[in-house]
Amino acid sequence: MIEVNELSKSYGEVVAVEGVSFAVGKGTILGFLGPNGAGKTTTMRMLTCYLPPSGGQATVAGFDVVEESMEVRKRIGYLPETPPLYLDMTVRAYLRFVARIKGVTGPQLNGRIDDTMEKTGIAHHQNTVISHLSKGYKQRVGLAQALVHSPDVLILDEPTVGLDPKQIIEIREVIKGLAGDHTVILSTHILPEVSMTCEKIVIINGGRIAGEGTPESLIAQLKEGEVLRASIGGPGQEVLSMIRAMDGVIDVAVESGGEEDGVFIITSTPGTDVRDSLARQIVDGGYALRELRGLDMTLEDIFLRLTTEEVKA
Amino acid sequence: MGNFLAVYSKEMRSYFVSPVAYVIAGVFLFLSGYLFRSILMQFNMICLQLGQRAQQMGGGMPALNLNEMVVTQFFAVMDFIWLLIVPMLTMRLYAEEKKTGTIELLMTSPISSVQVLLGKFFACFSLYAIIVSLTMVYFLILEAYGSPDWGPIFSGYLGYLFLGATFISVGILASALTENQIVAVLLSFGILLMFWLIDWSASFAGPTAAKILQYVSFIEHLEDFQRGVIDSRDVVFYLSFTFFCLFLTTRVIESRRWRR
Ligand SMILES: Nc1ncnc2c1ncn2[C@@H]1O[C@H](COP(=O)(O)OP(=O)(O)O)[C@@H](O)[C@H]1O
Ligand SMILES: [Mg+2]
Repeated sequence: MIEVNELSKSYGEVVAVEGVSFAVGKGTILGFLGPNGAGKTTTMRMLTCYLPPSGGQATVAGFDVVEESMEVRKRIGYLPETPPLYLDMTVRAYLRFVARIKGVTGPQLNGRIDDTMEKTGIAHHQNTVISHLSKGYKQRVGLAQALVHSPDVLILDEPTVGLDPKQIIEIREVIKGLAGDHTVILSTHILPEVSMTCEKIVIINGGRIAGEGTPESLIAQLKEGEVLRASIGGPGQEVLSMIRAMDGVIDVAVESGGEEDGVFIITSTPGTDVRDSLARQIVDGGYALRELRGLDMTLEDIFLRLTTEEVKA
Repeated sequence: MGNFLAVYSKEMRSYFVSPVAYVIAGVFLFLSGYLFRSILMQFNMICLQLGQRAQQMGGGMPALNLNEMVVTQFFAVMDFIWLLIVPMLTMRLYAEEKKTGTIELLMTSPISSVQVLLGKFFACFSLYAIIVSLTMVYFLILEAYGSPDWGPIFSGYLGYLFLGATFISVGILASALTENQIVAVLLSFGILLMFWLIDWSASFAGPTAAKILQYVSFIEHLEDFQRGVIDSRDVVFYLSFTFFCLFLTTRVIESRRWRR
């Protein structure tokens, strides 16, 4: 549905996005994850034909964002970082205006407006002037304006920013309900957001793609090995050298340790399980095994690793 | 067409839900009403003086032309008031959309920037036309007590429509150049005053320069209308000026899409 190929954008000297490529299939929700200033907004503005790319191409539903901008604009709904609201209008009048400029006409118009208000939970506020709404409701109206013409593609720039936790959950539920009918790109700098709402993730940092895939595949890709945490009773140095000498162990770090016991973080080559042999050796050596468990790498670790390594490089 | 009407009605609604339109129309009608009254009283005094003199000296009362004494004078003061009013009607048209980010909605919707521009232009022009036509009331009052020649009055008003279109196009261009409404107002005042004063500087210039300067002056062309003359050269001047400014506005708005 969306294909992005080596897309770049510079603002004068500042390179905001550089050589970004990714693809989004029909009906999926893509999370566009990156710290502030990573280039998320810039990329989305190019996809929505608001800004021309400095290099590369992007197509939405097969139409080029530069050459066939009108066709692209017919097919997208866009919620910018600050919702584009006319504060002096009522919710209904506003949605009516947006629907009309998006090309919804005649008999469908009222039906589309009602459906959209229903979906975003703002029907009971339809005659309220937008400036009188709370921030959460304004955000919903922003979402409604992106949905009102039932576009194939939805581009949502940080849709939950500045909302309170309850509102965030509500908005996420609405967005999740959109998958299937719509292809969604959602940007965020908050990690749990993508793992909760998205099927696919693109991590962007410093204007470049730093990782891409499903949450699981990202974890698998980036795992450097299996990680164990072992609490062992026995002289620290002795135990440490014993573990180091084991087959398959790449690295051992001491989390805490004294004369009589220690806690070790053990990394072994991917795909191996050293737990059984470790337990046997500990018992054979006359030490006490107090705790042994595998550590899962979280998306958080990956995000931090990707975005911090990129900065160092 | 549907898109144009959507923008047009949105802008009209926005003028009438905010107090701005009412305040501007109110202040304007008060000012012009006051001026009209002063001009009438002055005319009254002249009539009285002439009447007394005619009695003292004997002989008839000289014929006084209502159009020359009242209508022309009133037009002369109103010309300038439009220059003050129009920038306040146009200032928010683009500047506000840029400031609040709604321009992003317009630019990413399947609507051409020309449709947006025309919707805004005609909404502002309609409001202007409403305010202008309200001042016709003064001439109805005049009709009740005298018999002005309506020809020049109507053509004068026609001139105001052309003048207004030109002023509005300048104001819209200024509004498209900034996201600050105050800057937009000051910029339009600056441009409009410059073209206004050109007429004045023409009187110091050499003969050829004076001709050119007079051609681009706003008042020079208006005077024909107020004399009751509808000259195609005046119409062409105002319309081409308007088209030029509107064209520049679309360039300014579209320029975001070229800067790669
Ligand atoms: N209009 C602009 N002019 C100049 N630099 C800009 C502009 N917009 C964004 N940038 C720069 O481009 C980079 C990416 O910004 P942005 O796309 O807004 O990031 P994000 O949305 O991920 O926070 C930042 O370094 C930002 O300072
Ligand atoms: Mg952003």
